[in-house]
Amino acid sequence: MADIILEMRGISKSFPGVKALDRVNFRVKRGEIHCLVGENGAGKTTLMKVLSGVHPYGTYEGDIVLNGEVQRFHGIRDSEGASIAIISQELALIPDLTIYENIFFGHELMKGRLVDWHRTILESEKILKKVRLDVNPTTKVGALRVGAQQLVEIAKTLSKNAKIIILDEPTSSLNEEDSDNLLRLLRELRDDGATIIMISHRLREVVKIADTVTVLRDGTTVCSLDASEKKITEREIIRHMVGREIENIYPKRERRPSDAVLFEVRNFSARNPSTGRSVLKNVSLNVRRGEIVGLAGLMGAGRTELALALFGNTPGYRIASGEVFLEGAPVRFSKPSEAIAAGVAYASEDRKKNGLILIQDICFNITLANLRSLLKGIVIDRNEEVVQANRYKEDLRIKAPSIQQTVLNLSGGNQQKTSLAKWLFARPKLLILDEPTRGIDVGAKYEIYTIMNELVKSGMSIIMISSELMEILGMSDRIYVMSEGAITGELDARDATEEGIMEFATNTKEAVANG
Amino acid sequence: MDDNRARGLPGEVWALLKGNIRNYAMYLALMALFILFTILTDGAFITARNLTNLINQTGYVAVMACGMTLVLIIQQIDLSIGYVAGFLGACAATLLSRGVAVPLVLPLILLAGIAIGSLEGLIIGKVGVPAFVTTLACQFIFRGMLSLVTESTGTILVKSDAFNQISNGFLPPVFRMGPMHGLSLVVGALSIALIVWSRLRARRDLKKYRFRTTSAPVFWATLLLFAAVIGVLSYVLANYRGVSWTIVVVVLVAFVYDFMMRRTRLGRHIYGMGGNREAALLSGVDTQKILLFVFASMGMLAGLGGVLFTSRLQSATPTSGSGFELDAIASCYIGGVSTSGGIGKVTNSIIGSFVIMSLTNGLNLMGVGITYQYVIKGIIFILAVAFDVRSRAKKAI
Ligand SMILES: Nc1ncnc2c1ncn2[C@@H]1O[C@H](COP(=O)(O)OP(=O)(O)OP(=O)(O)O)[C@@H](O)[C@H]1O
Ligand SMILES: [Mg+2]
Repeated sequence: MADIILEMRGISKSFPGVKALDRVNFRVKRGEIHCLVGENGAGKTTLMKVLSGVHPYGTYEGDIVLNGEVQRFHGIRDSEGASIAIISQELALIPDLTIYENIFFGHELMKGRLVDWHRTILESEKILKKVRLDVNPTTKVGALRVGAQQLVEIAKTLSKNAKIIILDEPTSSLNEEDSDNLLRLLRELRDDGATIIMISHRLREVVKIADTVTVLRDGTTVCSLDASEKKITEREIIRHMVGREIENIYPKRERRPSDAVLFEVRNFSARNPSTGRSVLKNVSLNVRRGEIVGLAGLMGAGRTELALALFGNTPGYRIASGEVFLEGAPVRFSKPSEAIAAGVAYASEDRKKNGLILIQDICFNITLANLRSLLKGIVIDRNEEVVQANRYKEDLRIKAPSIQQTVLNLSGGNQQKTSLAKWLFARPKLLILDEPTRGIDVGAKYEIYTIMNELVKSGMSIIMISSELMEILGMSDRIYVMSEGAITGELDARDATEEGIMEFATNTKEAVANG
Repeated sequence: MDDNRARGLPGEVWALLKGNIRNYAMYLALMALFILFTILTDGAFITARNLTNLINQTGYVAVMACGMTLVLIIQQIDLSIGYVAGFLGACAATLLSRGVAVPLVLPLILLAGIAIGSLEGLIIGKVGVPAFVTTLACQFIFRGMLSLVTESTGTILVKSDAFNQISNGFLPPVFRMGPMHGLSLVVGALSIALIVWSRLRARRDLKKYRFRTTSAPVFWATLLLFAAVIGVLSYVLANYRGVSWTIVVVVLVAFVYDFMMRRTRLGRHIYGMGGNREAALLSGVDTQKILLFVFASMGMLAGLGGVLFTSRLQSATPTSGSGFELDAIASCYIGGVSTSGGIGKVTNSIIGSFVIMSLTNGLNLMGVGITYQYVIKGIIFILAVAFDVRSRAKKAI
């Protein structure tokens, strides 16, 4: 029999109105990479929170058995004591502290009663080398890319000598290159003897890396697939996840955007006045009516900055020059409310920070950006509001007992859907989607793509920012590629390839020439 | 709902109390204070005369707590309102002593309040000076201004009878029912009818939307309790001098603000901005405008508070207004406004102001000196906030 390091037996966990886990069984072999997959709200994060003591002993039913012994974790400290470390869906680093302070935060290296900073820095350097992060440990974490921050999180777990490392959607906010690096690192850690549990919605990487795949559906274990004997396919996983076959990941659509240009940007530049650095360099692009325009590029290429600047929100930098036209008329939005009133919407990539009012319920969030349409005189028509919110909850299959559920209590993917629902309800002319399917399961992705197709069919235009090249290729009519604040290429989606996009995305030479 | 049914009625009541202890805390506190002071003062506290007094004293804190609720919801603070109220009250007294008519004085004072609040709002929103600093500085400025106004005369007496009626007068005794003030009884009955009607309507809507509702027995029991409290209160008041104008003013302000916060777009935007400013901004909430509005409204209500207070004392003194800001802020926190913003109800803050003023009133009756009152209030304030923070932290897990 295989060497089982961890077994979770018959785990059940309820929240008010929701049974998140229902007698889940979960077995992990020593030294494997075990992927946990399932639709949004299936209970993956909850299961891992039970394992790591975030939901303490006594708030769930069932047993956690580690190396043959039943464990009772009363908090995250207990699970760390048992060499289990979790990197949660939202990174838990402190941006204002340096890398080495973050790595040893909470278990500082001491010399007597004082922190031994010298040794801390030396140790940090060693660990950083292990995770292949080539930066000075005295850098502030806030200055790092998300990919690098992810590596710091892993360095932190290594510094705690964790034997079991849990990662909750570690690659969802990484681009392909950073993801590949991370996956390579996970393999190395496994080969060094660590056991890794990873939650992911990116099935492509799951089949690439997993030794075992466990599928959860509606709070129960559907199956555990062993990849060591026979290769698992994405199709197979999807079938277990959603309980049916999904033929195409990208729904078909007739591509016939009209020739009428809806939105145009000419020679748009912006710079950061305090550092003098150019954020956007001479950007020109246009979007036709009924067109989906993909905006590709590496992390930090300036895509989000461009979107925000067009949307009227430019904290920390100034628009230096450029013109923007909406339906042929020049516009310049000085705040988001003006942009929304004119019919331009921007769905943020960071749903927690910029997308949602977490302490309010689903209904409040869905209608917030378009309350005007619900007004009867000066009063919000509550009836109509509930009808509309329920409609979007159903359309997007937001999993919650009712639209009264506080958004804070939703699973990550369902939060993302709520954030999208808000903008769908706002019915803009131009919708800018920033990483719209981050953390969303395959089934829901398909639904979102279908909705996008319906929207453009009805005449709306969409700019889609995405780090997933497959998604850009699968959904766009036209693709712009950005690098270092400049547009480095424009491609027709019909003859674009991943390699072609990557070439433009890493093409810094032209970017400099343009700027 | 399903779990509730399984556990039966006692289970539901218990779950309701446990899950929403934060929402009931102010009622419990109010009840505890009433019982405590009734015992400690040998019943003097619960007399019709004292209850009328208590209500009229609470008026100015209640209206300012309304405005402060909005300020705290958007995660700001206004420390200046005490002396702004004092200053504007003194201005009113001065205008009246110069023979300006009451119908002219009131709008002038409210407008001045709006102007002061807007100015603070502009400094906070446009210039970017934190609210704490701006309003603390304004506290000093208006303390100085108040001294300036009252410098030559010391206390300014208000001789206008109409003005003094605002906080000391009662609805006219149009007709009597036996020994009782008839109009007050009618007002009481009407408010009970109104509350029953609106609660029933709200419940019907909740059912229609298939939202969570309390079970029928619990719903009717709370409704009955509410009706009984209002009934008893109006009966007691009617036996004395009836419903005071202060009650009318507070109810009016509460109604307008409650309506605005629950039913209008503006109210939603205020809650949204309080819950997550960045997300609200990106959802089209004009956060600058909201901030300006909230401070302007606070200024206006500080003006109203000043009027109520000056009218109550029938004079303006060089120290009027000192400490009002703390009473208003404490009222809000006792009434369940979250210390991290985004959550709160004006009606509950008004209940909170009754808690604070019952404390003041009771301590006065017992003859506890003002110095000790400061100490006690300070401690209560910290306890209220500590309770808020702890109970919310527990809920978050
Ligand atoms: N604190 C909470 N209060 C109430 N319900 C909760 C809470 N946490 C999770 N849930 C519910 O439990 C269910 C499982 O959530 P969980 O976060 O485990 O899903 P998930 O599989 O991680 O989904 P995703 O892929 O979207 O992250 C969801 O229906 C969610 O709404
Ligand atoms: Mg999750």
